[in-house]
Amino acid sequence: MRYIGKEEIENIAIGAALLGTGGGGDPYVGKLMALQAIEEFGPIRLLSVDEVPDDALVVPSAMMGAPTVMVEKVPSGEEAIESFRTIREYLGKDIFATMPIEAGGVNSLLPLALAARIGLPVVDADGMGRAFPELQMVTFYLDGVSATPMVLSDEKGNNLLMNTIDSVWAERIARTATIEMGGSVMLSIYPMDGKTIKKSSIHHSLTFEEQIGRKIREAKQNNESPIDEVLKITNGYKLFKGKVTDINRKTQEGFAKGKATIEGLDDFKSEECYLHFQNEHLLAETKDRVLCVTPDLIAVLDSETGMPITTEGLKYGARCVVIGMPSDAKWRTPKGIEVAGPRYFGYDLDFTPIEKLLCKEGQ
Amino acid sequence: MTNYRIGIDVGGTHTDAVMLDESYNVIAEVKSPTSEDVSTGIYEAMRKVVAASSVPVENIRYAMLGTTHCTNAIVERKRLNKVAVIRIGAPATLAIKPLIGVPDDLRSILGNHVYLVRGGHEFDGRLIAELDEQYLYQIAEEIKGYVDSIAITSVFSPVSSDHEMRAADIFREVLGEEIPLSLSHEIGSVGLLERENATILNAAIVNVARTTADGFIQALKKEGIHAKVFFGQNDGTLMSVEYTVRYPILTIACGPTNSLRGASYLTEHANAIVVDVGGTTTDVGVLVDSFPRQSSLAVELGGVRTNFRMPDIVSVGLGGGTVIRIQEDGSFQIGPDSVGHRLPEKSLIFGGDTLTATDVAVALGKVQLGDAGRVAHLDKEVLEKVYERMVGMVEDTIDKMKTSADSVPVILVGGGSILLPGELKGASEVIQPKNSGVANAIGSAISQVSGQIEKIFAMDELGREKTMEAAKEMARQEAIIAGADPDKLFIVDFEDVPLAYLPGDATKIRAKAAGPLARN
Repeated sequence: MRYIGKEEIENIAIGAALLGTGGGGDPYVGKLMALQAIEEFGPIRLLSVDEVPDDALVVPSAMMGAPTVMVEKVPSGEEAIESFRTIREYLGKDIFATMPIEAGGVNSLLPLALAARIGLPVVDADGMGRAFPELQMVTFYLDGVSATPMVLSDEKGNNLLMNTIDSVWAERIARTATIEMGGSVMLSIYPMDGKTIKKSSIHHSLTFEEQIGRKIREAKQNNESPIDEVLKITNGYKLFKGKVTDINRKTQEGFAKGKATIEGLDDFKSEECYLHFQNEHLLAETKDRVLCVTPDLIAVLDSETGMPITTEGLKYGARCVVIGMPSDAKWRTPKGIEVAGPRYFGYDLDFTPIEKLLCKEGQ
Repeated sequence: MTNYRIGIDVGGTHTDAVMLDESYNVIAEVKSPTSEDVSTGIYEAMRKVVAASSVPVENIRYAMLGTTHCTNAIVERKRLNKVAVIRIGAPATLAIKPLIGVPDDLRSILGNHVYLVRGGHEFDGRLIAELDEQYLYQIAEEIKGYVDSIAITSVFSPVSSDHEMRAADIFREVLGEEIPLSLSHEIGSVGLLERENATILNAAIVNVARTTADGFIQALKKEGIHAKVFFGQNDGTLMSVEYTVRYPILTIACGPTNSLRGASYLTEHANAIVVDVGGTTTDVGVLVDSFPRQSSLAVELGGVRTNFRMPDIVSVGLGGGTVIRIQEDGSFQIGPDSVGHRLPEKSLIFGGDTLTATDVAVALGKVQLGDAGRVAHLDKEVLEKVYERMVGMVEDTIDKMKTSADSVPVILVGGGSILLPGELKGASEVIQPKNSGVANAIGSAISQVSGQIEKIFAMDELGREKTMEAAKEMARQEAIIAGADPDKLFIVDFEDVPLAYLPGDATKIRAKAAGPLARN
């Protein structure tokens, strides 16, 4: 067990932006919520997965809805608490700890704000190891854990308890309810016991985000390029360096889809990289080879500052470095690839792990 | 009888002034050092240009001022108002109170009267909660005599401004019509914290704007000039004094904007990249239909995240006075510091002891200026490399500002623009217009009047075409209220952005109409 204070939150927010792989919502609102909660209620206890008893109840907390709404209608902080009260009453059991379902974007910070407010510890784990757009895209789902019972809560005091036949239905109904409740709600979801957490979650996520954030900040302070440090700590690969020369975007079924063309610079001169995204960066390729594809992680970093660039922030002329990072082994199973692999997102290719893709090139 | 107008623009190094006749011909232009208090430099430039033009003072009808007073007040945290911060949106938003994330020194000045009130709207205009009017009356009584300006921000006010308007009525009722009110829906766009910050900053500089305006009007009167005074705002259009005092934050970054507008006027180019080389920095911006392209990102101002509209400008630390340091091994460093307006005493060509960017250009024969003999001893080979890097810095910035790989016209303005060559990478042509040294002051003088709206619309109600037309009409009405000639209005900026994860084709639309001042 260790404590998370303001300094750690600043670092986690930067790591969360990187693992957000271009999407996941700006961690800024989550960061400020956590900072205010720590200011008022003191630091947060962070537990490693081993410190959770097998029979203890852990309930992850997350937001659902449009990040655009959340940056305008900031939460009250009570939604998540009410949501927890409702699910505890329904399950008839005390909640031992909370945790994020997503190690990327705003959702990695929100459980920390909740934890500070109600004095619960946070488990150092999550269900993605990155950001994904849909509720069933978590490692718990791959192991057959049910998303429900789940509770949606808004700031007005409405709490919606759901039991659905599967997580896809949970996603479908929750999406519609979220709109009616004002476009952005807090969730209690995937309630699990300690034993399940140990087996089905991705471990050390918050510590990982914190380390990434600290490295980036330290490198910036020392006027060094943070990109090499990031590659070291994530076992990542530098896939491409260049300048964005074209962006093609469209909004489809509520998702911001598109393709960016990056013209190579330095070692990559005379090559072009095509980056496909749908809220997150999902596929990086050149004319004749695939560089990295979901569920492996793709992040685009500003080549000067090393700060992550979101899919919305990509624009012509941006000098950037594209990096690829291996996803957790749980995503590389047939079930993992079915749920969050290239074909699910409509890309006509099979998943190949990043280290194999680059091996073929003899790198 | 010919009418005249004065245009003044305050830069980091120089305050420039021009006198134009009614056909916008330049009668006189002057440059004067920017003073530490800014005002003295403005009055000085004004007096100089009046003297240089020798036009009858009674024929000077308009005076347009683009100034940095408001930016300076925020950055230096000086002369700020005592502000009441009113946020309407509880029970939502309590998890992040106002001014969290704002630097502590500013928070301690502006965070002494903060109130969170029930109310606000959802993204589609429904109520989050009824407005707590009783509490607003109570707050009004509490702050009476303790604050001199009020910032009001309601959740989703860009969709529905009802609660901000009602709160404003209550404060006027209790505190009198004169109390300065800053309403967030008139200042920023969606993004509560950033819009609220911008609104608080606006409320904090109301007095600075008033003193600046009064001082300028008095200084004109002393010269016997009874001109109508306008302030430049950062979208390249004008504000009356009354409007400036209500929305002083809109004056921030009007300088680079004036340069862009001036460049457009002088070259008759509506779409181009403008490179403004000053004494300390080079500002690069983009003209779209004669107006500056706006930034779509959150903008930091004095360490505060805000989201009010700003021109999309990238600055690099390269100007005429930029200090060049060359080591013995031939390596070198360009700036970022500058000798500024002390170029005539500091630079080598004028007998000083500091190697500046201007000296480099003179030594290489790119410019005829000062005494070239004083730089003849320098190692040309190294200087060529320095010059190449200087040009490269500008070319890279130009490239970053483009939206495609196509070559575009590049217009050079500003006192330091003589340093740059007649050809630049990525430019279809490089144009250096006459009077380019004071393009900013000309831009200030020729500004038009505009109106702008930014709102979220549900496209499925009226359909796309009708919604877009409705938005444009709202912008036109705003421009007419601001004083534009209704017959000469046109839409100068239009953007629609579909919002992810929302139903009803929710779309954020921004529209701006502009035109010349109405005659009467």
